[in-house]
This record gives sequence, structure tokens and C-alpha cells, in this order.
Amino acid sequence: MTEQSTWRNKVGLAEMLKGGVIMDVTTAEQAKIAEEAGAAAVMALERVPADIRAEGGVARMADPAKIREIIAAVTIPVMAKCRIGHFAEAQVLESLGVDFVDESEVLTPADEQFHVDKHQFKVPFVCGCRNLGEALRRIGEGAAMIRTKGEAGSGNIVEAVRHMRAVQSDIRRLTTLRSDELMAAAKDLGAPHSLVCDVARNGKLPVPNFAAGGIATPADASLVMQLGAEAVFVGSGVFKSDDPAARASAIVDATTYYDKPEVVARVSEGIGEPMPGIDVAKLDEKELLQTRGW
Amino acid sequence: MAVGVLSVQGAVREHLEALASLGVEARPVRTPQEIAASNALIIPGGESTTIGKLMARYGLLQPVRDLVAAGKPLMGTCAGMILMAKNIQNSAADQPSLTLMGITVQRNAFGRQVESFETDIEVKGIDGRPVRAVFIRAPIITAVNGDVEVLATHQGRIVAARQRNMLALAFHPELTDDSRVHEYFVKMG
Repeated sequence: MTEQSTWRNKVGLAEMLKGGVIMDVTTAEQAKIAEEAGAAAVMALERVPADIRAEGGVARMADPAKIREIIAAVTIPVMAKCRIGHFAEAQVLESLGVDFVDESEVLTPADEQFHVDKHQFKVPFVCGCRNLGEALRRIGEGAAMIRTKGEAGSGNIVEAVRHMRAVQSDIRRLTTLRSDELMAAAKDLGAPHSLVCDVARNGKLPVPNFAAGGIATPADASLVMQLGAEAVFVGSGVFKSDDPAARASAIVDATTYYDKPEVVARVSEGIGEPMPGIDVAKLDEKELLQTRGW
Repeated sequence: MAVGVLSVQGAVREHLEALASLGVEARPVRTPQEIAASNALIIPGGESTTIGKLMARYGLLQPVRDLVAAGKPLMGTCAGMILMAKNIQNSAADQPSLTLMGITVQRNAFGRQVESFETDIEVKGIDGRPVRAVFIRAPIITAVNGDVEVLATHQGRIVAARQRNMLALAFHPELTDDSRVHEYFVKMG
């Protein structure tokens, strides 16, 4: 029997992106630079997170014309962002043929209570998280890939590290519990009991777990990979740097050879200045993007 | 025998697990030396453009060609199949690839991700029930040359083929619990 867009098809595409780098792009030209550098996928956006942060206003799904232009420019998968809870934007993105929808805290939330019911879609979704409970709630809603939220557009890795460590440490803790302790754990995490049991049994999320938010250098990519990320999203880090093509290529190499410091050192040489970055601790609570969603 | 799974990008762990379930020694390989030390090699699914570029940058194309010339088995799934093909239809002119197998492939032949599907197919050489084949942004083989043997088709399109010690699949046997395709591959050695 032939079945389309099964759960295995959705999670399968996420599995195929492992060990790769997904880069934010705002034009067809940038998408080609990313593909040429070895990006495993691109994220089509109106503005990169650093500009969204700087310019303010409501950040929405990108113009469909822009997404079509980027889809036409490359052969690698194209992702695009919809606002949290904005299922109509997600429907538009699906109809455009994007390969993955990121229900993203980087855009201004459309719903402060409910996320998109992602099981209703043929297109797979990726969602951000800060901890295991949040990851499992999103997977329960149908997310086929999880990423850390980090602090997008900051050029500062500290929040992605915090979120990746939190997820991994919660996973390790679950594997040490007796089965009769898992319901209480599910209550504490605010996560579906069946998914908590799955994580306790397998010692990992049931979908791939990627890092995002603040990755700006090859060593940043190596760091999050060593902390357990299975692939890396780079938002503003490439096209807000001095030499995007060189930096993109270096981050791709550092993601593959993340545990070989001599390779990370060599590819980090002579690639110009990274994006300037900001101290997340100096940001006002209201300026944080990671607190959007629950 | 130790089977290497090329570990530059893509679904590496799933192949390692499938081989482990058969009791076959398997390891991820990322350097020319590790490839040369393998008795067989799998190129997994992933992004063929990414894997091809990294293989070229890190000198991994020739060691794989040498492995095949030495008669050791090579299997490519999805992106791996694309990289093995002598002809790739819709690919950038400068896309690095192995150009080893007498097949012509068309990338993303079924369309974008929303067209991805799974289905049951009969694979020549694999007895018993059909193989559940998971297709993800999958390529197809549009032409075969020389001594290439077609092993499976879906709706008249070629989705698996073998040429001597090379096995190419458009789908992902590593995403199901059925390890018969891996068993077939290991027996090619």
C-alpha cells in the first residue's frame, strides 16, 4: 500500500539533514552561496533575526514571491518560518512546496496560547525548545524535528548551550527512573506520558535534535555538536559576517569534523570577522525571543 | 568484515544500527585512511550536493573509487545512489561525484517533500514479503548501461540496481526495522 507524507517520511527528512548546516537566506543569490558552501538546506526569510531584532515591528512569514524565488534557485531542501500558532501561514507555506516549516519564536507570535496542530499537515515541522518538556510538547503536536531556541540574532552561543544542556540532562535523568516514576516525571515536565516513556527507554528524543540560535563561528558549531546536537542552524551568523561564502563553508566543515580540533582550527583561519553579536545578559526580558511559546 | 558508513552528512546512525542488528561490525568513516581500511562501504542518504562537496574537499572521492576497484562492496541509498551514478541529470555542472556506476539518475524525481511516500516493492534477490520502501525527495534511475541489473521498480521507474559490487537504492532501507537489504549487501562481499 502506498501512503504519502507518513510520520516516517517527515522524520526521515529530518534524519537526512543530520550532520549538516541549515542556513538562513533572504535572497536567491544568498541561497546559491549557501548551497555552494555545502549547506544541507536553507531557511527562506524576509529578514535575518539580527535585522528583525534591530528593526522591530511585527515579523511575519516571508513574501511568497521571495520563497518561490529561493525554491527555484537551489536543489537542496528549502524551509520557511511561520508565526507560532499561525496555521494559515503554515498552510500557505505548504502550498508553496516548502520542504519544512519552522514554527518559530523569531517571528512575532500569532497565538499566545496554542501552537499549530502540526499533525494536520503533509509538510513536516521543526519547533524550538528551551528544555525537554517544551520539546516533547511540540513533538506531541506533530513536530518532526526539534531545535534549541537559543537567542536568535544575538551571535551569542550561550543560550543555545543552555538549552541543549538542559534537554540532554533531562533526557539522561529520565533514563535513570523506574517505570513507576515516569508519570510523575511527565507531570513535572508538562509532557505527554507516552513520549516521556519513549525518551526514558531510548535515551534520546524520538525526532532529530538540532541546535539553533546564536551560532556564529566554526567553533560554535563544534561546541553544540559535541554537546549532542545532530545538526546546526545558522541564522544571522553567515550573512551578517564579513565574508559569508568563506564562513558558510567553514561552518559546514566544522559541523562534519566537529570532534577534530585541527580541522576546526584550519577552517577558522582567514574567514574575516564574525557578526558583532550582543551580550544576552544585557537584554531586557521583553527583548528576548526565546520566551515566546511555552 | 568491517563495514564503513560514510559519515560526512546524512542518516549515518540508522545504517550503523541496521548492520549492528545483523551482528556485522560497522563504523562511521570520514577520512581516506578509514575508508581504505573498510571491507565494504555505505554512502547514506543526506544531501548529495553537501556530501559530494565535502568528499571533494577532504579527498574522499578517490579512496571510494579505489575501494570499488579492489572489488569491495559499495551501497548508496538516495543521496549515495546519486553520488555513485555516472550521469546526474539535474545537477550543477561542477557538482563533485564518484561517477562509478553505469546509471543515469534524476534527482528529486517525485517532487518536493510533500510528495514523499512509502510503499511495498519487490526487490530481486530478496525473498519473502515485499520490502517497505521509504522514499524521501527521492531520485530515480532513468537509464542503465552495460552490466547493470535492475533490481526493483516502482510504477515503471527504476528504484534499485546492481552492477557487480555496487548496489544503488533510491529509497531508505535504513529507516525501517527490516534489515534484509543490508543482509543482501553484506553477502555481496
